[in-house]
Amino acid sequence: MNIARRKFAIVFSLVFLSQFSFAQSGNGSSYLIYGLIGIGLLLLVFAVLTLADNLIQIEGQKMGVDSKKHDLGIFPNVTDMFSKKTPQFVNNGEGFKSFSKGFDIKLAGEATGEIKNVQTSRYALKPTDFIGMSPIPKVLVAAGDEVKAGDAIFFDKKRPNIIYTSPVSGEVVEVKRGAKRSIAEIIILADKEISFKEITAPDLATIDRDALKSFFLENGVWAMFNQRPFDIVADEEVVPRDIFISTFSTAPLALDNSIVIKGNEAAFQKGVDALGIMTDGSVHLGLDARGAAPVAGFASCTGVKKNYFSGKHPAGNVGIQIHNTAPIKGSDVVWTLDVQDVITIGKLFTEGKYDASRVIAVGGAQVTEPSIIRTYQGAHVGDLVAGNLSDNKNRIIAGDVLSGKQTTEEDFLGFGNTQISVIREGDDYEAFGWLLPIKPRPSISGTFPNFLYPNHKFEGETNTHGEKRAFVVSGQYESVLPMDIYPQHLMKAIMAGDFERMEGLGINELSEEDLAVCEFVCTSKMPLQSLLREGLDMMRADG
Amino acid sequence: MGLVDLLKKIEPDKKNSPFLHTLYDGFFTFAYAPNTVTKGGVHMRDGMDLKRLMVHVVLAMQLCYVFGTYNMGHQHFVAAGQYLGFIEGFHLKLVHGLIHMLPIFVVAHVVGLGIEFWFAAKKGHAIEEGFLVSGALIPLIMPPDVPLWILAVAVAFAVIIGKEAFGGTGMNIWNVALLARVFVFFAYPTTIAGDEVWVSGYNTLAEGTQASYTFAHGLFNSLFEFMGVATFQEASTHIVDGYSGATPLALAYQGGWENVTNTFSPAQMFWGTIPGSIGETSKPLIIGGALFLIITKVASWRIMLSMLIGGITMALIFNAWGATPFMEVPWYGQIYMGSFLFAMAFMATDPVTASGTNTGKWIYGFMIGFIGMIVRVLNPAYPEGWMLAILFMNTFAPLIDHYVLEANMSKRMKHA
Repeated sequence: MNIARRKFAIVFSLVFLSQFSFAQSGNGSSYLIYGLIGIGLLLLVFAVLTLADNLIQIEGQKMGVDSKKHDLGIFPNVTDMFSKKTPQFVNNGEGFKSFSKGFDIKLAGEATGEIKNVQTSRYALKPTDFIGMSPIPKVLVAAGDEVKAGDAIFFDKKRPNIIYTSPVSGEVVEVKRGAKRSIAEIIILADKEISFKEITAPDLATIDRDALKSFFLENGVWAMFNQRPFDIVADEEVVPRDIFISTFSTAPLALDNSIVIKGNEAAFQKGVDALGIMTDGSVHLGLDARGAAPVAGFASCTGVKKNYFSGKHPAGNVGIQIHNTAPIKGSDVVWTLDVQDVITIGKLFTEGKYDASRVIAVGGAQVTEPSIIRTYQGAHVGDLVAGNLSDNKNRIIAGDVLSGKQTTEEDFLGFGNTQISVIREGDDYEAFGWLLPIKPRPSISGTFPNFLYPNHKFEGETNTHGEKRAFVVSGQYESVLPMDIYPQHLMKAIMAGDFERMEGLGINELSEEDLAVCEFVCTSKMPLQSLLREGLDMMRADG
Repeated sequence: MGLVDLLKKIEPDKKNSPFLHTLYDGFFTFAYAPNTVTKGGVHMRDGMDLKRLMVHVVLAMQLCYVFGTYNMGHQHFVAAGQYLGFIEGFHLKLVHGLIHMLPIFVVAHVVGLGIEFWFAAKKGHAIEEGFLVSGALIPLIMPPDVPLWILAVAVAFAVIIGKEAFGGTGMNIWNVALLARVFVFFAYPTTIAGDEVWVSGYNTLAEGTQASYTFAHGLFNSLFEFMGVATFQEASTHIVDGYSGATPLALAYQGGWENVTNTFSPAQMFWGTIPGSIGETSKPLIIGGALFLIITKVASWRIMLSMLIGGITMALIFNAWGATPFMEVPWYGQIYMGSFLFAMAFMATDPVTASGTNTGKWIYGFMIGFIGMIVRVLNPAYPEGWMLAILFMNTFAPLIDHYVLEANMSKRMKHA
């Protein structure tokens, strides 16, 4: 029994006992009078207890007792009573939050084991990966050019300082155009042995923010700075209030970052140090407190504020972590980065090269041998999954099943992808499927017997399990989103184009991945993520 | 998959015959979960959809249906002083109940669904499932002898003015089923209020009034004669001396709890073998349905709990006040008299018309319990308050949500 509960028992029994003083009397003629006396006595006992409690605490402080460690009060702390116990590995001064809201979609085909090195033949850099980029960026290379990893490839004409660089070395084979002559992707045929552009990194101990900023802008890592609000490539003119890095993902079949950090501890630390210069606030590290202590690479990182989080998906989403440590308010701007991006930044300093290698988890029920692969940014999807898929009715997703992008074997991975999920395309009819489903399917609803099989791993399929309807059910989104946000009302504000309400209801704190689990559970099958992006675009255009 | 192909072959053309196509689509999606796959956004969807949600509410009401039907027959014979045991004359009670229940059920659904289908075809969207629940609720909250044409008008009013005018399922402000009932209540008050309407099969409840049986009764009589069991006897079935047909609420209004318990034992009121609206009398079955809804997370436990708290709070205040006999009815009596529990389980929890925020739900439920109890106890014209209280709070639910959201917004903007 924890202390808070013990205290509750004591206070409760004290107050309860006080009732006996008048319970004996009375012939039942006027319950009102006795009721009032009872309430009065309750208040009196409560007042005496509160007074005594305060006196004890004041006395305790005078005597120099640490009030954080030894809680002297007689009243239990309500949050203490119901919240999860802080794990042992969380040190003093580090935050800990446990979320009861959320939903884990347990899928079969989790990628495990050692990292395999896979060299695919072609890689691509896609301007379409960057939200808000003009459709025809200035491409600095032409087909046939030889590039090294880290060489400039293109830049956005609206923001010419941000250079996007090549993830690999090799020959540019094609500048592929999409609709209306927009640039769809720049495809590079990679060398067998990747050669890197030589970079002379500045000394972090002496450099100032402006110099570091132009160093980042030139060397292609600026594109890794995601800015909230809007979840876009960071605005170079704005100094972020804080920088947030989530070191774990709770998404279905997500990559385990403790594998990624192995051997890259120094680079990660260096990257974090560099980020510290870029912000006036602090670099926040979100750590996994769901199970055993996080690996040393994260836990012993210095120069950061550590916050531990425990709970179901989306506890690992950086947006949730920001909201629960230092929420975005008013005109605040924060940056978010992925662990592998931080390592890439760190390697600019430790190894003097732009190393865009990425560890990718390839998983899902349709993958014969789920595995963890080391390749480079923008790798060819077909090469990564070749011969590893079970049949031909597959949905290949660059990212997780909730917020990833649909892709094909002919396509390339996106800029920030660390995961490929493959599930079955569920385009078949099911007789009375809405009433008597034959195959098990994940759901938060109690109408499925899923609670009998808490560890069942679902195969998962892309069927919508129903048609789109108007909003009917309420409270569903809130039950899986550990944020003080009302998604349904926010969506209505977006549909109505009400800017003030959108901002007030917290649109600036959200990105698509945060609402993905809400979209999953939606009974009315609403497209929340695309609605949210519409709203974010409106807010961005509005300035 | 042969059947699917066959069904797909007979699919009517959407442009040439929109109504047929809507109808076809409605029944096809009922028989087969569609083959649509996710596009953009999430790649997997929860197994729950609106059809499944609605059908679970309907499932939760099934026992109330069975009991309500039988109880109609039971009350009919109790009024005549025959077959006083609950199981006695089982076949007669069941048949009598069915003869009254089926037309009500069929009329409510034909009218409601017909309008729903027509609007869906006109608007060119799929048939929405909202009326599944409304249509199942309406028969349960009607008096047993409600004239069918009044029922049809009420359902049409509720669906057209109450729902389609606002844009269909999910857009309505007031609970559709209650709107149908409130329509009957205000337009044809004598069919839904007073002591006379809660027993079926008699024209009045004056002493000695003979039961009036229909053609269907005669049909079953010949069957029963063939089987050699008791039959409906129009001549010998008449209202016994001193039978009033009053419900517990009417009795409580006249003479308090004592007056109620003189006529009905608490067990009778609890198990529901008393006159009343068709589906609301049996408390254990309603509580069972409510638990089913809570366990399957279909309905909000917050609203149910807060409404219970609100009702009990007001009942206790009335107990303390004690100005009229009705006020002195103990709080637990107030809970199992009348349709408090039915309103709590099935009416107040309608997610569309209730508050949308969790904080709002607590306030909304509490206020229904609180106001409904006031209407019940203080209103001499109509001793049941839940219908009016729920419609009243339906109206205010958006306002409650507005203030909850404003609080959330100001918290965020304060530090701006």
